[in-house]
Amino acid sequence: MAEHRGRKPTRSWAELVPPVCAGVLIVATLAVIVFIAERGLATFLVHGVSPREFFFSTLWKPDRPPEAGGPALGALPFIIGSVLVTGLAVLLAAPLSIMTAFFIVEIAPSAGRRIIQPAVEILAGIPSVVYGWVGLSVIVVFIREHFGGLGFSVLAGGLVLAVMIVPTIVSVATEAVRSFPPEAKEAALALGSTRWQMLRWVVFPAVLPGLITAVILGMARAFGEALAVQMVIGNTHTVPRSLLDQTITLTSGITLDMGYTVMGTAWNNALWTMALVLLIISLFFIVLSRTIAKRGVLR
Amino acid sequence: MSRLEKVKIRAEHLNLYYGNFQALKDVTLDIRENTVTALIGPSGCGKSSFLRSLNRMNDIIEGVRIEGQVIFDGANIYSPDTDVVALRKRIGMVFQRPNPFPMSIYDNIAYGPRIHGERNRARLDEIVERSLTQAALWDEVKDRLRSSALGLSGGQQQRLCLARVLAVDPEVILMDEPCSALDPISTTKIEELIDELKNKYTIVIVTHNMQQAARVSAWTALFLNGEVIEYDRTSKVFTNPRDKRTEDYITGRFG
Ligand SMILES: Nc1ncnc2c1ncn2[C@@H]1O[C@H](COP(=O)(O)OP(=O)(O)O)[C@@H](O)[C@H]1O
Ligand SMILES: [Mg+2]
Repeated sequence: MAEHRGRKPTRSWAELVPPVCAGVLIVATLAVIVFIAERGLATFLVHGVSPREFFFSTLWKPDRPPEAGGPALGALPFIIGSVLVTGLAVLLAAPLSIMTAFFIVEIAPSAGRRIIQPAVEILAGIPSVVYGWVGLSVIVVFIREHFGGLGFSVLAGGLVLAVMIVPTIVSVATEAVRSFPPEAKEAALALGSTRWQMLRWVVFPAVLPGLITAVILGMARAFGEALAVQMVIGNTHTVPRSLLDQTITLTSGITLDMGYTVMGTAWNNALWTMALVLLIISLFFIVLSRTIAKRGVLR
Repeated sequence: MSRLEKVKIRAEHLNLYYGNFQALKDVTLDIRENTVTALIGPSGCGKSSFLRSLNRMNDIIEGVRIEGQVIFDGANIYSPDTDVVALRKRIGMVFQRPNPFPMSIYDNIAYGPRIHGERNRARLDEIVERSLTQAALWDEVKDRLRSSALGLSGGQQQRLCLARVLAVDPEVILMDEPCSALDPISTTKIEELIDELKNKYTIVIVTHNMQQAARVSAWTALFLNGEVIEYDRTSKVFTNPRDKRTEDYITGRFG
């Protein structure tokens, strides 16, 4: 009886806080998704743009007057641009970051903890406008002087994004490598493995799902980054023919145009369709990384 | 008899330090070929430290310093020209907790031969079957060689670890309390295996279970605070020890 009296006050409204918060979060998330989907689908449903045109045409004339045939909303350059800079960034950042993770955990734990990890954390904390500015004043100039062209290019975007996603990949990959049980490493050494053989044939295959997750999270970050890319990529509505060509991405396209468009117009809704594409791809990345993490050999 | 008496490993005046802490004090011990030598003693007395100094597994711990010699087949394993990788292939180790690799049963066993250069598929198959048979695990796993070793029970995992060591064809097997994480039935299985394997291998087993030492070993060393205070034939150690402290330990008065 005394127990009951003691416990009663804690079973109060305070217990409702977590479920209410969770509920608000879920509703907010759903609301955002529904809103973006509604706007994004309007391009196809209200303005009658065919998905084929949107996803496969390169003609982007959103303000073309009706007498000239009305708005042309081919978003292929944005999509290709996003895929290219993201792919390039991952190609550059992933090997470097994964080797860094192994270095931090396995080769030089003390230097890793004292120097490399703090450095990576600083990289993670730099705002993207600073990355973009440095990219604009250093990388763009460097490319212009040494490789030709304007400097604003897929290459510049990829390089800037690569630096930006290194912290993400390094920190997730480091956790993956660190999670490998030390006892199994001892067993490998006790069988006469060299350190390299142990890392290559025992640790690496086991932590591979974690490494892939790390790369996917980096990829998601690169795909969603807008500002820094926009500052170095040139933003022409063209499909690039080389790494030195200018192009545009989904994110930079949205940020550039959104101020000039009026709600409800085909142009405005086309931007929402691009946002919807971004959202779907991000969700896909999240689901993918979760499945891989769950399927991992290590539990 | 003379074959049984041949010394395989001789530790001479071994001192081992973790930083400033001395874990082994002037340990001199002969390990005889094709016998089982048991290392007993209360926890923290240096048994594992000694065992790991026989295949230089202490090298991977930071701050370890070792003085003295370990003579293995006539050569000091602590001399600068020792090939540690080759040494560990000849002196295998089974650990206290089963530590299979997170890969298939087959790959666990084939790992050692592979890193030592065996590429031939048929030869690997043969080694895997032979090693698992030797470790009395073949019948239980032969239909699921491709499934993860982590799905095996603790006792099976420990026999897998033993098979993994046997697959590289060592001369000596070091076992650090191999049954301490196992149930009684698995323990009995491992003990039976040790009994069979001793004809072909030199075995050193750490145990804090004195009945186990008495059951499986021919020689027993009792460690106390980093020193060997008694080393003799197991029957002698258990029935007629030289040191008073041995008797105290064996009758359970401490430890
Ligand atoms: N890596 C280490 N660093 C510092 N001290 C250690 C380390 N490993 C063991 N020791 C110490 O050395 C002594 C002997 O340990 P160990 O050889 O593991 O004993 P046992 O196997 O007989 O229980 C213990 O006091 C232990 O605390
Ligand atoms: Mg121990």
